[in-house]
Amino acid sequence: MRVMAQMAMVMNLDKCIGCHTCSVTCKQAWTNRSGTEYVWFNNVETRPGLGYPRSYENQEEWKGGWVRTPKGRLKLRAGGRMKKLVTIFSNPKMPSIQDYYEPWTYDYETLLTSPATKNFPVAKPISLLSGKTMNIEWSANWDDDLAGSTEHAVRDEMIKGIEDKVKFEFEQTFMFYLPRICEHCLNPSCAASCPSGAIYKREEDGIVLVDQDRCRGWRMCVSGCPYKKVYFNHKTGKAEKCTFCYPRIEVGIPTVCAETCVGRLRYIGLVLYDADKVLEAASVENEHDLYMAQRECFLDPEDPEVQRAAREAGIPEDWIDAAQRSPVWALINKYEVALPLHPEYRTMPMVWYIPPLSPVVDVIKDTGHDAEDRDNLFAAIEALRIPVEYLANLFTAGDVGPVNDVLRKLAAMRSYMRDINLGRDPDDSIPAAVGMDGESMYEMFRLLAIAKYSERY
Amino acid sequence: MSDTKPGFDGGLSDALVASRRFFTRSKVSDDLRTITAKGGREGDAFYRDRWAHDKVVRSTHGVNCTGSCSWKVYVKDGIITWEAQQTDYPSAGADRPEYEPRGCPRGAAFSWYTYSPTRVRHPYVRGVLLDMFREAKEQYGDPVIAWGSIVQDPEKAKRYKSARGKGGLVRATWDEVSEIVAAAHVYTVKRWGPDRIAGFSPIPAMSPVSYTSGARFLELIGAPMLSFYDWYADLPNASPQMFGDQTDVPESGDWWDAGYLMMWGSNVPMTRTPDAHWMTEARYRGQKVIAVAPDYAENVKFADEWVTPAPGTDGALAMGMGHVILKEFFAGDEVPAFFADYNKRFTDLPHLVSLDVAEDGTYRPGKFLVAGDIDHPEGGTENTMWKPAVMDTAGEVRIPRGSLGHRFGAEGEGQWNLDLGDIDPLLTLHGAASAEAVEIGLPRFDAPDGRVVHESRGVPAVRVGDRLVTTVLDLLLAQYGVARPGLPGAWPESYEDPTVPATPAWQEQHTGVPAAQVTRLAREWAQNAIDTEGRGMILLGAGVNHWYHSDQIYRAILLLTTITGTQGRNGGGWAHYVGQEKIRPIMGFQHMAFALDWQRPPRHMNQTSYWYVNTSQYRYDTFTADDLDAGTGYFAGKTVMDLLAQSARLGWSPSYPTFDRSSLALADEAEAAGMEAGPYVAQELKEGRLKFAIEDPEAEENHPRVLSLWRSNLLGSSAKGNEYFLRHLLGTDSAATAKEAAPDQRPTGVRWADEAPEGKLDLLLTLDFRMTSSTIFSDVVLPAATWYEKHDLSTTDMHPFVHSFNPAIAPPWQTKSDWEAWKTIAKKFSELAVTHLGTRKDVIAKPLWHDTPEAMATEHGVVKDWRTGECDPVPGKTMPVIAVAERDYTAIYDKMTSIGPLLEKIGMLTKGVAYDVKREIEILRKRNGVAHGGAGDGQPKVETDVQMADAMLHLAGVSNGHLATQGFKFLEKRTGTQLADLSAEHEGKQITFADTQVAPVPVITSPEWSGSESGGRRYSPFTINIERLKPFHTLTGRQQFYVDHDWFLGTREMLPVYRPPLNMSHLFGEPELGTTSELGVSVRYLTPHNKWSIHSEYQDNLFMLSLSRGGQSVWISDRDAAKVGIKDNDWIEMVNRNGVVAARAIVSHRMPEGTVYMHHAQDRLIDVPLTERDGKRGGIHNSLTRIVMKPNHVVGGYAQLSYFFNYIGPIGNNRDEVTTIRKRRTPVEY
Repeated sequence: MRVMAQMAMVMNLDKCIGCHTCSVTCKQAWTNRSGTEYVWFNNVETRPGLGYPRSYENQEEWKGGWVRTPKGRLKLRAGGRMKKLVTIFSNPKMPSIQDYYEPWTYDYETLLTSPATKNFPVAKPISLLSGKTMNIEWSANWDDDLAGSTEHAVRDEMIKGIEDKVKFEFEQTFMFYLPRICEHCLNPSCAASCPSGAIYKREEDGIVLVDQDRCRGWRMCVSGCPYKKVYFNHKTGKAEKCTFCYPRIEVGIPTVCAETCVGRLRYIGLVLYDADKVLEAASVENEHDLYMAQRECFLDPEDPEVQRAAREAGIPEDWIDAAQRSPVWALINKYEVALPLHPEYRTMPMVWYIPPLSPVVDVIKDTGHDAEDRDNLFAAIEALRIPVEYLANLFTAGDVGPVNDVLRKLAAMRSYMRDINLGRDPDDSIPAAVGMDGESMYEMFRLLAIAKYSERY
Repeated sequence: MSDTKPGFDGGLSDALVASRRFFTRSKVSDDLRTITAKGGREGDAFYRDRWAHDKVVRSTHGVNCTGSCSWKVYVKDGIITWEAQQTDYPSAGADRPEYEPRGCPRGAAFSWYTYSPTRVRHPYVRGVLLDMFREAKEQYGDPVIAWGSIVQDPEKAKRYKSARGKGGLVRATWDEVSEIVAAAHVYTVKRWGPDRIAGFSPIPAMSPVSYTSGARFLELIGAPMLSFYDWYADLPNASPQMFGDQTDVPESGDWWDAGYLMMWGSNVPMTRTPDAHWMTEARYRGQKVIAVAPDYAENVKFADEWVTPAPGTDGALAMGMGHVILKEFFAGDEVPAFFADYNKRFTDLPHLVSLDVAEDGTYRPGKFLVAGDIDHPEGGTENTMWKPAVMDTAGEVRIPRGSLGHRFGAEGEGQWNLDLGDIDPLLTLHGAASAEAVEIGLPRFDAPDGRVVHESRGVPAVRVGDRLVTTVLDLLLAQYGVARPGLPGAWPESYEDPTVPATPAWQEQHTGVPAAQVTRLAREWAQNAIDTEGRGMILLGAGVNHWYHSDQIYRAILLLTTITGTQGRNGGGWAHYVGQEKIRPIMGFQHMAFALDWQRPPRHMNQTSYWYVNTSQYRYDTFTADDLDAGTGYFAGKTVMDLLAQSARLGWSPSYPTFDRSSLALADEAEAAGMEAGPYVAQELKEGRLKFAIEDPEAEENHPRVLSLWRSNLLGSSAKGNEYFLRHLLGTDSAATAKEAAPDQRPTGVRWADEAPEGKLDLLLTLDFRMTSSTIFSDVVLPAATWYEKHDLSTTDMHPFVHSFNPAIAPPWQTKSDWEAWKTIAKKFSELAVTHLGTRKDVIAKPLWHDTPEAMATEHGVVKDWRTGECDPVPGKTMPVIAVAERDYTAIYDKMTSIGPLLEKIGMLTKGVAYDVKREIEILRKRNGVAHGGAGDGQPKVETDVQMADAMLHLAGVSNGHLATQGFKFLEKRTGTQLADLSAEHEGKQITFADTQVAPVPVITSPEWSGSESGGRRYSPFTINIERLKPFHTLTGRQQFYVDHDWFLGTREMLPVYRPPLNMSHLFGEPELGTTSELGVSVRYLTPHNKWSIHSEYQDNLFMLSLSRGGQSVWISDRDAAKVGIKDNDWIEMVNRNGVVAARAIVSHRMPEGTVYMHHAQDRLIDVPLTERDGKRGGIHNSLTRIVMKPNHVVGGYAQLSYFFNYIGPIGNNRDEVTTIRKRRTPVEY
C-alpha cells in the first residue's frame, strides 16, 4: 500500500441550475487575458448537447485517453510516446479553433465616437484573432438550454446507441447541465502524452499542473486529454489548464468555481488512495467494472491501518483528519451517490458527479397517482424524463445499474424526509429499501440539502 | 514485466519516461504511470502571481435585480481585477441551508464595465445642440435665455431633435453641461411650470442613495418622479385589490418551509439565480415541486410535474383548480375546520353582498352590505358606511371589527383588529332558516370573440331590510360553477363537463392541460395545506403577470393560496417574484428621496399613463368601448383616454403635467383672486376656465419638456411602444406603421388634435457608465461612477439583510456618482434661480391616498363625476387634494444636502403609522454634523452619500429598533392587540452604514412590513396579520375575493373570472395566429427575462455575449421554424404594426409551437443590422409592443383601491402581443 492524498471534487448535478457563474468567476480570475480568450478552464454544458469543444467526447475522432490492449496493457489512444515524437511537428488530432470557437469582441467605441450619421450607431462583432468583422456562428456555450437542439443536440455522442430512448420532441424534452473542470486524474493521459515532461501531478495533493517553464508547446497534452481540458495559449505558446486554484487551496480556501457556485452543489475534499492499485484498476477488462475498480483504490480514512500507512508516507496529521471529514469520500464511498465522468477513458478522473434526478414523470400526469407517493416515485425511476441510459453513458460506461441505485436513493430520501417534514413518524422501511438506515439517510440529507459551507469544503 | 501485469504498451516510451528520473527533480512513479513533483516549484509561480491582489472591497450591483448579493471586489495596483461572492451572511438557521454564496454570472462579469470600451468617461452633448447653445450663450450671455432661444425656435428645435440617436456626440466639460442642464430646468420651471419636468430612476432598493440623488432634487423643485413597478407590468394589481398591500412576499429562505411548491410562470434558476438553491434543496426535504410553464423552462428540470398551459390561459387553469377545491372542501356540509376558521376571520368569504336588480330584471351581485345601509346599532357610528356586515349562526346581522371604518377616527381606537369576539359568521347562507334561492347573472368571457355572456345560477339569499343579500362564498361557488342541492341554474354535471366554468374539463379546452392532472393537483394542494397547516406556496412571476388581464389571472391564483389558509404562514402563500425589490428601510428612504423633510406632498406619477398620454400612444388605440368592457355596455361611448382623464379629474390617479397652465402661475392667480388654492382650483374647473392637461395633451403648453434618466435605460428596456417614444417624444426616426384611430374610435372628452407633434421633449438627460439605447438618444450624457466606485445601500425581499456598496476605486476619468452629479446640477440650478425664479408658490394636485382617511372618499364605490354635474368638485373628495408648497428655488442645493425641519415638526408617516423622530434627528445632528448658514442652518447634514445612507437607516424601523417599537405602540392603540413585543428584542439596535460595511446585517421586525422576523424566523408576509389579528389594509380589513367598486361591477370583474389574452387580430388587424403570409408565420410574441442580462444590463457585456449567441436573438420552436424555412442562427425579421426587429433565430424543440420568445431588453446597440423593411436600425423587444391600458387599474379614491406611488396603477402590459416572423432574404448590412 502506498498512500497518497488527492484533492477531489463532487458536483451534485441534481442541484445544478445551469447559471454559469462558475465559468465566469473562473474566467475572470484565470483566463481573462490575451492568448486565452477562448479558454474556459471551467465550462458548463447543456446535455444533451455537443459540449466544449464541440463533440469532444468523440474519441474516434480526437483519440484522447487510454485504451486497453488485448494483452491487458494500457496505451494512449493517440499512440505511444514514440509515435508522439514522430508526429510532434504535425499533430492532426487537435480540435481547431472553430471547434472551440473564434473569440470575438465588438467595435464598442463607435457608440460614443460615431460622427453624425443617418442611422443609429451599432457595434459590429470583430474577431479577436483576425481583427476583422465576423459573423458569429459558434461559441463555448452555443447550444445552451437546448439552443439549436435539432441541429446540434441530436449529434450528441452520448446518444449513439440509445437513439430510441432520446426524442427531440417538445413533449419529451429533457435537459440538464454538466459543469466541467480538469479531472485531475489519478492516471492522467495528458501527462503521459507530454514529450517534455512538463505536466506533473503534485505529490501532496494530486493537482495536475503544466510547468510553464518546461512546456514547449507541443500540444500533445491537448490531444491526450479525453476531456479536452488542456488548452493552448496562442500568445505564450504554452499549454494551460485548470489548476484546481492551488494558490487558494494552499491557503485553505476552496476553488473559485466551488466557492462561487450559487447552486451550492460543489464539494471539495481529500481522498486517500493506494497509488499501487491505480494502474491495475485502470486496466480492468470490462469497462463496467472501472467505476468500482477506481473506488477500490480509495482508502478508508477511518481505518487505523490506512492512517498508519498515511503517516508513514509523510502525509500530515491534519490532512489525515481532513480525509476523514471529506464530503467527497462520504458521497463516493459512504453514501455511494457520486459517479465518475467517463470512466471508460481509463484516466481515473477525480471530479465526480451525482446524477440528476429529473423527476418530471408524465406517466403519472394522466393516471391520477401522486408522484410523491413512495411506491409511485420508485416505479417512476424507470420512466424518468432523462433516460437512465443517457446518464449511464456519461458516468458508468453504459452500465445503468449504479445510476439507478443513486436515483433510487435520492428519491427515497425525499419520501423519507417528507414524513419528518410533516411531523409524522419516519418510515424506516424507506431507507431500508435502498440499503440504508434512517440515520445515514438523514446524514446524507444534511450533506446534500443543508450543505453548510463548513461541510461542503 | 509479464504480460499479465498491468503496464504500458511500448518499451521505448516507458524508457523515455523512466529516464526522466535522471533529468528532473520531479518524481516518476514506480509504475511509470505519472510524474509527481512537490511544492514551491517555479513553474507554478505564474498562477500564484495572478492570484495576488492588494485589497478586497465589499460591494454589490445596483441593477434592477432582486439578487442584492454581496460581493468581494478584488483590486490590484489600483485596478479592479475581478469579483467573487461574499459568503459571510448571518445564518438562516442551524437546520437549514444558508444564503451564501449569493450571485450570478451577470454580476460576476460586472467588473468588465469599469474599463470597457463602452464606458462613458466624460460628459457628452450632441454636437448640433452644443453648437447652438454656445452660439446662443455668446449672443445672450444668460444660459437660461440661451436655452429658451433654442427651444422656442421651431427650426432649431427640430434640427437637434431629429438628430437624436444618430451619433455626433461630442465631449464637453462638467461646468458646461451642468450649466446646460440647469438652464433647461430653470427655463422649464419658469416658462411651463415644474410639473413639465420629470425623472425616472427605477427600483430604489438596490441603491437608494443613488435613486435619491435626482429624486430629491426633482421633488424639491416640484417635478414628479415617475413610477416603475406598474410601468414594468410587474405590479400585480390583484395585490392591492385583495390584500390592500403593494406586494409583500416571502424571502427565498422561506421556500424551505413549504410542503408544496408551485413555480407558476416564475423561472427560478434564470431569474432568481442566487435563490434557486433553496428550491433544489427543499425538494430533499420531501417538498413536492410543480412547474407551470408553456416551454421547457430551466426550472422544469427540477419539478415533479410539468404543467404546460397555453400562454396566457393561467387564469383558466387556476379556476379549474379552484373549482375542485371549492367543490370538495367548501360546498359540502362540513368545511374542514382549518379552512373554516381561517376564512371566517381572515377573508371576506362570510361578508354579505347585496343582490341588485339589473335592467333586465335579473339579479346581479352588488355592493357590500355596510352598517350604514341598515337599521343596526352600529348604524349611527363614525364611518358607518365603511363597516361591512356578516351574518352569524343565529341569523343576526353583525358588524365585525377591523374594517376600514374602524381604522380612522376616535371611535375606532382599539377596535381595528380581527378579533371576532362572540361573532360566529356564516360562510354560506345555504341551509339558513330564511334563505331563498335567487338566480343571479354571472359573467363568462371565454367565447371566441371574448364577449361577455351571462349565465344564470342560484345563490341562497336572505332579506335584510329591503335588500336581498348573500355571502361572498355563495357568490364564489356560483361563479365557479359549483353546484349545491336546491339551487337553480346552469351547473356542470361533473368535472368532465366542459360546458360550464370552471370545471377541470372546461379549463382543459383553454389551457390544454389534462383535466385529470388539474383535479389531482388541486386535491394535493388543499390536502397539503391541511396536513401542514398552510405550508403551500406558489411562486408567481412575469410569465403570468405581464398580461393585460394579469389582475384577473392573479386573483384566480391567489384564491388558491388564500382560501386554503396558506397566506400569513411560514412556507405558505403567494410569492410574487417580479420587480418587487423591497426597500426595507422604506420610511427613511421615502422621506429622504421625496424631500418630505422639506415639503409635502410630493409629486408622484404613474409612468404608464404618463407615456400613454405623452408619447401619444392613445391616438393609436382603436379600442372601442365595446372592446374595453367586453360588451357589458358599461363604458359605452368612452375610450381608455376618456376614462383615464376621468380618473385624473376625480383624484383617483395622479396626472402630471396637471393643468393647462403652470402650477406656479395658478398659485399667483389664486392669490390675486384672494382665494385659497383649493377652492380657487375647484371653482375654475367647474367654470371651465381651468382644464386638466390630459384633456388636451397635444397642446404645446401641456407637453413634458425635460426628462432625466439615471440608473435607467428606458429606451432600451421598459419603453413599451418604443417607436412611439422615438416619434412623438423625441422626434427622431421611428418604425411604427400603425394607423391612428378613426373618428368613431376617438375620445370624446379629450381634445383631438389634427396632428400629434413630434419631438415634444426639449431635453433628454441620461446619467450612465455605459452606452445604452437611452444614451444614444440623449441630448446630454453624463459619465456615472459604476457600482464599484461609490457608497450606497442594498436590500431586497429575497433575503432579510441590508448591506453596502463601497468604492473599490475612486470614480475614474471624469465620472461622478449619481449623488455628486445631481449635487453639481443642484448647485448650478440654485445659482441660475437667483435671477430667474426666486421663491414661488406651487399648486400641487395630489390623488386620494391609500392608508389615509382620503381612502373613504367614495362611499360604496359609487362613481360620481363633477364634470357631468353628478356632484360638485370638492378637493380631496370628488377631485384631487389641492395643496400649496412654497419653493425657494435659490436654496435647492442647501435643502438637498441637509435634513429639513418637517420631520421634527410633524413627524414621519408610513403606511398609516405615525412616528415622532425628534430624538432621531438629534442623533443625526451629532452623527452627521449640522449645516451652517443657508436654508439648512442647524439641520443635520446629508452632504455625502454615506451621510444620506446613515440618515435612511436611522429613520426606518427595520434598521432602528427604537422606531420599530414606537410604531408598533402606535399601532397597538389602534388595534388593541399586542404588537410591540415583536421588535422588543432589538429595541436598542441601530444599524449604521459602518455595520453594513462589515457584513450583511439582518433587519428588525417593523410595522413598515407585514411579516415578523422576531427570534430569527424567516420572513413571510402577513404573519403579523394572521398571528396578531392586525387587519389587512382593505375595506373589510380582510383578504378580499370580492371587489364592489362601480367599475368592477360594470366590467363584471367583481370576482375572479377567466379573461383570455387580447385578440390582437380582432383589435388591431394583426394576422391570425398560425397563419403564414409573405411576412412569415404569425406567432404569439413573449418577452421573458433573459438568461444573459438583468434587463438590458450585461447584455452588452463581452462575457455574457460570449456565453450566449452574441447579439439579439429570438427563440422559436422547430415546428414554427420549419413552416417558414428558418434554421438555427439564421437572421430573421419580425414585423407588426408597432415596429420591426432584426435579429437571429435560436431554433429549439423546448419551445412550444405558436410562440416565440425574444428575451427582453436586448439593446439595439450590439450586432443589430439595418432592417430589410426600412433600411433603418433594427429595434428592441419593445419595438413590437404598445401600451394597452386596463381601466380598472386607474380606479381610485375607494378603500384599498386608493392611490399610492407604485402601490396601484395601470400596468404597461406587454404579453398579449403577436408578430410575424420570417427569414431574412437579403444580406446583412450595418
